[in-house]
Amino acid sequence: MAKLKDLEDYREEMEQCVKCGACRAHCPVFGAEKREGRVARGKIALAHSVLEGEIGFEDKVLEDLSQCLLCGSCCTGCPNKVHTEDIVAAARRRIAEQQGLSTFGKGVAAVLGRPKLMNMLAKSGGTLSSLLFKKLPENSGLRLRFPAPYLESDRTLPPLTAKPFRERVPEIIPGDPQQPTVLFFTGCGINYMYPAVGEAFLKALHFLGVTVIIPKDQACCGLPAVSAGATQTIEKLAEQNLSALSRHQADHIITACASCNAGLSSIYAEMGDEFDELSAKTMDIFVFLANHGLPEKLAALPKAEKRIKVTYHDPCHLRSKGITKEPRQLLKALPQVEFVEMSDAQTCCGFGGTYSVYHPENSKRIGAKKAANITDSGAELVATDCPGCIMQLQDSINHADGGQRSVHILELLSDALPD
Amino acid sequence: MLSEQIINELQTIVGNENVSTVKADRICYSYDATQQSFLPEVVVHPGSTEDISRIMKLANRELIPVFPRGAGSGFTGGSLPTKGGIVLCTERLDQILEIDEENLIATVEPGVVTEQFQKAVEKVGLFYPPDPASLKFSTLGGNVAECAGGPRCVKYGVTKDFIIGLEVVTPIGDIITTGGPTMKGVVGYDLTKLLCGSEGTLGIITRIVIKLLPLPEAKKTMLVLFDSIDGAAQAVSAIIGDKIIPATLEFMDGRTLDCVRQATDLDVPDQAQAVLIIEVDGDREFLDKQANRISEIIQPLGVVETRIASTPEESEAIWQIRRSVSASLRKVNPGKYNEDICVPRSKVPEMIRKVDAIADKYQIPIVNFGHAGDGNIHVNIMVNKKVSGDIMKAEGAIKEVFKAALELGGTMSGEHGVGIAKAPYIPLEITPLAADYMKAIKRSLDPNNILNPGKIFLDDENIEAYDA
Repeated sequence: MAKLKDLEDYREEMEQCVKCGACRAHCPVFGAEKREGRVARGKIALAHSVLEGEIGFEDKVLEDLSQCLLCGSCCTGCPNKVHTEDIVAAARRRIAEQQGLSTFGKGVAAVLGRPKLMNMLAKSGGTLSSLLFKKLPENSGLRLRFPAPYLESDRTLPPLTAKPFRERVPEIIPGDPQQPTVLFFTGCGINYMYPAVGEAFLKALHFLGVTVIIPKDQACCGLPAVSAGATQTIEKLAEQNLSALSRHQADHIITACASCNAGLSSIYAEMGDEFDELSAKTMDIFVFLANHGLPEKLAALPKAEKRIKVTYHDPCHLRSKGITKEPRQLLKALPQVEFVEMSDAQTCCGFGGTYSVYHPENSKRIGAKKAANITDSGAELVATDCPGCIMQLQDSINHADGGQRSVHILELLSDALPD
Repeated sequence: MLSEQIINELQTIVGNENVSTVKADRICYSYDATQQSFLPEVVVHPGSTEDISRIMKLANRELIPVFPRGAGSGFTGGSLPTKGGIVLCTERLDQILEIDEENLIATVEPGVVTEQFQKAVEKVGLFYPPDPASLKFSTLGGNVAECAGGPRCVKYGVTKDFIIGLEVVTPIGDIITTGGPTMKGVVGYDLTKLLCGSEGTLGIITRIVIKLLPLPEAKKTMLVLFDSIDGAAQAVSAIIGDKIIPATLEFMDGRTLDCVRQATDLDVPDQAQAVLIIEVDGDREFLDKQANRISEIIQPLGVVETRIASTPEESEAIWQIRRSVSASLRKVNPGKYNEDICVPRSKVPEMIRKVDAIADKYQIPIVNFGHAGDGNIHVNIMVNKKVSGDIMKAEGAIKEVFKAALELGGTMSGEHGVGIAKAPYIPLEITPLAADYMKAIKRSLDPNNILNPGKIFLDDENIEAYDA
């Protein structure tokens, strides 16, 4: 049985915090709002006080614990590598257990836990797909259709596809028997919003002769539920995915979404021994492509005369695993791309799963810094490896009138490969 | 408990959203890097000098202690609200007011983060050298109040050497300025220097005038591994004796290197018993010459290996070893007392030997690293606070370490200050007459003992001071 850790299980982790304050330099939320309760050190102090019975889940505690992107930036900058994101997630689960899910959290859990409902929601939004990458008019009904009923009126959302990706493709796409077989864990972003990324994924692996299996019964990875504290939803999704992904023999489980990668390889890994193999097999697409020599093959191609300036945004869930080189390596190798680095590429975009819905103002402030850095880099495109980031980056760029587009690296790769 | 009326008055001064009495906020402003915790009664975020002045007047009228706080990253408890009362945060006062490129000075508010200030002045080719390890998050106000140091101080001096003027709210709520934008100024007492390092006991700094330098064109980093600590220490003397003052001159002793080897896969050869990280800065063409000269001078002193970085990445790899120390130590033992004694440069090897002897006597690991160039040694006494007796041993060892440093003509603290952590040891270093002189200043400026009471000098009779 999948079982998440309790807040109490993190006591020792909390006590590793030496209150030095280094997280103040790294937390995007603290950058937007300079109050100690907003930063990792404060949240750990609060969570520890809850364990000690010194304080309950009163309003201010709930507010501070909800003001976390779970991005793990603090941990990267922490001398003792304290995983505040895990502590906060565990605290949110405890809160949900004691007080019930917040209204929004309930919405997330209801949608994620029911793939049929998600399919239906997605399909009804599909007719608006021509609005791709444009700022949606304020009165668009689309705003109400994807998953949160609380979205702010001026947020750009990608349209939902009329036909989810997994319904468009066969379950097994055979390749060269000499080459490895992989499972493609698509995640919701690719399945419902960015099917072109899924198509690009298949094109890249077809190029390498890799056999791809896309298990039909895979579900959401559960990361939005982690953010909302919906314990049962996470555990249920983990078990469903375990069964879906265990039905096939494969060398790797490949993700093209940083968050899904974290869900499968980090969150599930903590939930029981039965997930060990699944977690160990999970691999990011760019790590896989790098291991199979694709960047070298691309780099050997003649460079295009006119190249597009592209910068890269590190999704938190790859950065925290140290996967920062492979995506850049691929971008740099693309013949049509001139890669430029932006400042603070490793800083969170401000999406943070449900964070952007709960705290739109701070999410926008954090996104605005990102948009300014993209503009300063001179890039025309910002490429990344996570649908959530793509969505937030585009919204931030639109608010800043930057004019750039946010894309998945796979879309650029697809352009460079033969049909 | 503060009365509702007092809270109302505070709200009138700074606005409702900047006063908090809820427990969650009081917890979040109860601690600092000493890991001690004292709950304040109220947390206040003033937005101006005038706000702070009015808060101090209110506090004097009602006799409420006030504890100023920057980032709360101090190692000696300078910002801890040890007597409850008001925590007064400078987080809203975070503006760089002016960078004056003609006069090479800048004016800032106290809540500006040190690194952000450094980046801002470096953009226009200027340089603010003090670089405490906390520079990414500590504030300039806190740096001034504690007179922060850092590796580069061996060449450039400490915080107070760059502060030429202040605006200060006095303990009774008056607003005064000290010094100003001139490079010279001898009218009246030098209150600027008095306030630098006064640990928030003599006034609340609300504005800082900072002297800047031209940004050096380049720097060069080198790592030198020695077969003994004596070799490393002699190298420090040899370099300085040759009239070269590097921008940084950091050392790590054998025990530190053991920790790094155990905890990381960084490349530190086994025969290395001490390491110096040397960085020189200045004109690019001049640096190679200086780095080569340094290698030449120290070669006979038991050098195992010298690595000179030729790219920023190689330089980064060298500093990575230094930066890995804190986390590595923690893997050896979960807790530590981090003392920062300072001795005359030439006494570093003797001091290290004394510390080793103390470590043997108390059977407790003590790890030394720090700023060899100015004799400032970070003595890390490693403990597991959950093991009974460890704390007692550590406290015994600390006292002996301090005594040893003083015997060599040194001081108990080069950078961290006294706060509450070192207050009981003050009589070891400061004579009763000198202490009275200092206390007389405090008493006359803060007659009600409102501002950061109980810091530097013990005023709690329950805590016993150590005898000289």
